[in-house]
Amino acid sequence: MDFIKQIEQQLIPDKKIPDFKAGDNINVHYKIIEGSKERIQVFRGDVIQRKGSGLTQTFTVRKISNGVGVERVFPLFSPNIDLIEVNKHGKVRRAKIFYLRDLKGKAARIKEKKTAR
Amino acid sequence: MTSFHDENGKMIPVTVIKAGSSFVSQVKTDDTDGYKAVQLAFGEKKEKNTSKPMKGHFEKAGISPKKKLVEFRGLKEDFSVGQELTLASFADGEKVTLVGTSKGKGFQGVVKRHGFSGVGMRTHGQHDRLRAPGSMGASSFPSRVFKGKKMAGRTGNDRIKLQTKIVKVLADQEVLLVKGCIPGAKGSYVIIRK
Repeated sequence: MDFIKQIEQQLIPDKKIPDFKAGDNINVHYKIIEGSKERIQVFRGDVIQRKGSGLTQTFTVRKISNGVGVERVFPLFSPNIDLIEVNKHGKVRRAKIFYLRDLKGKAARIKEKKTAR
Repeated sequence: MTSFHDENGKMIPVTVIKAGSSFVSQVKTDDTDGYKAVQLAFGEKKEKNTSKPMKGHFEKAGISPKKKLVEFRGLKEDFSVGQELTLASFADGEKVTLVGTSKGKGFQGVVKRHGFSGVGMRTHGQHDRLRAPGSMGASSFPSRVFKGKKMAGRTGNDRIKLQTKIVKVLADQEVLLVKGCIPGAKGSYVIIRK
């Protein structure tokens, strides 16, 4: 195995991260530090991409806030991420769903994936 | 390269450096060599790949054959032959000077080599000169090109010195994580100095 990857594996925190991919609707509980105070902010939106591998992996979450599209990139292993909740698994055909940026309103909905029980 | 999260959750780009102990292989003094210096040896080398004179050199210092020998001058501390310098001398968050040799780029034009902007436009009758150096100087006076004029040529493979920070020391694996990128290709040697 690549030496750098080996070191990277050790640096990856031992944290449970739920299985999610592009098209899923998730809640990201993100720690915000203001001076000495710390609080948790929830960012809810659709995952539009997962990028990179290993420790440097990031994911982008898009939501519509007051009619304006907002995208936020989170490092997957950031210690500031308190919790990731998966609300819905979306049914999409590609790994990066940037076409969502050009769609508005009803067209920008993502179908929910029905999983067999 | 990879990343490292500090205690505030900030992502820091880091370079992984494999760095074991180095050994003092020779101490040069005013009496014997005419100047003061310390020679450090690093990296295990097979004995069968070591030449006889070098074997003797390592034997004298009482250490196994090493791949790389580097001499340092102007050090304040005193060293003894055979002394081991471990990674323990580095601490997390410490500022260090790093010296390496940059990747060779071959014969390059002035745009890459010196950051010239090339000749302005692609249109308006201009062609073939997009990355050209432009004028080299005046005409009848001085009737020559000044010495040191920046021109195309061999680029890279230079000694680069930079200031950086040790983000983390993984002493048990003999690994240093250093902030940012460092000169040279993968597997090349660098000098890390306090």
